[in-house]
Amino acid sequence: MSTATDTIEGFVKKEYKYGFITDIEADSAPPGLNEEIVRFISAKKQEPEWLLEWRLKAYRHWLTMKEPRWPHVQYPPINYQDIVYYSAPKSPKDAPRSLDEVDPKLLETYEKLGIPLRERERLAGVAVDAVFDSVSVGTTFKETLAEKGIIFCSISEAVREHPDLVKKYLGTVVPYTDNFFAALNSAVFTDGSFCFIPKGVRCPMELSTYFRINAAKSGQFERTLIVAEEGSHVSYLEGCTAPMRDENQLHAAVVELVALEKAEIKYSTVQNWYPGDENGVGGIYNFVTKRGLCKGANSKISWTQVETGSAITWKYPSCVLLGDNAVGEFYSVALANLKQQADTGTKMIHIGKNTRSTIVSKGISAGRGQNSYRGLVEVRKSAIDARNYTQCDSLLIGDRCGAHTFPYIDVRNTSASVEHEATTSKIGEDQIFYCNQRGISTQDAVNMIVNGFCKEVFKELPMEFAVEAQKLLGVSLEGSVG
Amino acid sequence: MSKPLLEIKNLHAGVEGRKILNGLSLEMNAGEVHAIMGPNGSGKSTLASILAGREDYEITDGQVIYQGEDLLEMAPEERAHKGVFLAFQYPIEIPGVNSTYFLKAALNEKRKANGQPELDAMEFLTLVKEKMKVVELPEDFLKRPVNAGFSGGEKKRNEIFQMAVLEPTLAILDETDSGLDIDALRIVAEGVNRLKTANNAQLVITHYQRLLNYIVPDQVHVLSNGRIIKTGGKELALELEEKGYDWITKGDAVAA
Repeated sequence: MSTATDTIEGFVKKEYKYGFITDIEADSAPPGLNEEIVRFISAKKQEPEWLLEWRLKAYRHWLTMKEPRWPHVQYPPINYQDIVYYSAPKSPKDAPRSLDEVDPKLLETYEKLGIPLRERERLAGVAVDAVFDSVSVGTTFKETLAEKGIIFCSISEAVREHPDLVKKYLGTVVPYTDNFFAALNSAVFTDGSFCFIPKGVRCPMELSTYFRINAAKSGQFERTLIVAEEGSHVSYLEGCTAPMRDENQLHAAVVELVALEKAEIKYSTVQNWYPGDENGVGGIYNFVTKRGLCKGANSKISWTQVETGSAITWKYPSCVLLGDNAVGEFYSVALANLKQQADTGTKMIHIGKNTRSTIVSKGISAGRGQNSYRGLVEVRKSAIDARNYTQCDSLLIGDRCGAHTFPYIDVRNTSASVEHEATTSKIGEDQIFYCNQRGISTQDAVNMIVNGFCKEVFKELPMEFAVEAQKLLGVSLEGSVG
Repeated sequence: MSKPLLEIKNLHAGVEGRKILNGLSLEMNAGEVHAIMGPNGSGKSTLASILAGREDYEITDGQVIYQGEDLLEMAPEERAHKGVFLAFQYPIEIPGVNSTYFLKAALNEKRKANGQPELDAMEFLTLVKEKMKVVELPEDFLKRPVNAGFSGGEKKRNEIFQMAVLEPTLAILDETDSGLDIDALRIVAEGVNRLKTANNAQLVITHYQRLLNYIVPDQVHVLSNGRIIKTGGKELALELEEKGYDWITKGDAVAA
């Protein structure tokens, strides 16, 4: 009996592949948070007055809020006065205009991470807006995109170059009052991506951003805003990884999506931040607010996420289906291995008529991981003929992990149709032995079963990302059995 | 005569302190079919599991030599690569894993281990379509997840189908006849017979004689209390059918 468990335990032990630290002098604010720091960040970014005001309002509101304790996760209290809220790579006084101006060490880091920043991504058709700590250091393919009227740049640049657009949409989907971490982010966000697809334009390439947390004790507060005008279409990829370190690092990002009439936004994430060690030491706290607004009729927002990293994941990419016939989708694979804790899911808010949503959530628990699905399907009175389908599956590997589901359904219109299906299964020693007996190694067997479990989600990812995600899951589960 | 394909010498084994095999010895040559019969709890399935490499059992004494090598030292997948195949009494369901993908992985792992080139998708499909005829399986089988939602009979046929694809040197059939109706029994048995060659051997474990109406063994062994107490030709099976196990096992008790 114990052999399979031992087997499963042994498999979990695989060191974080991307655990290294780049030595770049940081130009940082002192630790702590007060109005001065908010002003410092805004000044560093040469922001207009309205944005500083907005930040300050957010900060003051944050002071009145309490950190949420309802997620099914445990961690020691965070001292917000201990965190460094601004750090930027020092060497480029002005942001580099081309890759040649980028610090070679930085390029080396990207190299190690396997990020295709040079010609490779042109071949792959991917434009990369690489975020290193808090300042964007390389943005490529801008010209190609500009020809179509697409704006794809860092949010700081957008504030400078396209202030009207930013002002019009920033905070409209996730207001600073939304929740504790969103308020914090609004006060101190340092960088992130901005993307604007004009009316009727189909973005000719997948847009991609890599995030990376580097400087010691630096929290990272990304802010991403994507606006798709009438009839436009965009697919956005986000992937990230972080170096190994001992202390927990807070990450509280906000992502806002706005889809106008007949627009479509597809947002895919592969998250691979340092998960901490097998005793739960170190690792990223990933407290993210992601929400999309299907503002116009017949618009569509689709979230796909593969979450394998972070010590704690607290994340509910959601869709507000305001326009009639709007469609919201959420496809998720969340892995909790080692001592990781994941509390993730989605919210589908049906407001418009004939709105539809699909939720497919696959939770994998291994080691001593705790995985929770938390989802809300809300059908408001106005949402005539709204439909939702939810499928929520859990897979357990070993006998020291946990899987939990917290589905909330709130229906105010009798014409709605809401379906919920859930399963829980376990990779058993019998399955592993069956595969072994057919000549398949334990690790290949686990990968095979896990990939089979996740394939409905993987098929939603862009092709090259799907391969990467599959590999990542394999790496993350190495040692979890065998 | 060359060395036997499989030699089990004085095998003692148990689980959680309980002894199940008590000095079991057996020899098999290539080209032979052996049947192991015995009452419930005599150790039949334990023997099958130990040969396949299940780790739950503690081996306290004895040896198993397969093709001149110590079988008990090998990991289960290594045994599989070297041609040991177990048709499971209760085939395992693997939801989400496509049968074709599973079997292709299994075959290619074996080929890789034996220095043969892996088969690509087209080559594999051609092979599989050929082999499906052995057990009269419909093609949609290949698209379904491994054993998931299969009926008992389908699962057993799937085992024989996998055996046809993997072409084992030593096939162990653990109560493959249990839970089969007469038609399925015939199909499975005919499949097994068709896979018999001069170079492989089959160890057929069964509780009932009826399977041996279709699969004709060279030797029949009676297992009781973890060791073989009587060996004979196929007529021994018929005798057991007629008289039950008592007449031998009682003798065994007296002898012991």
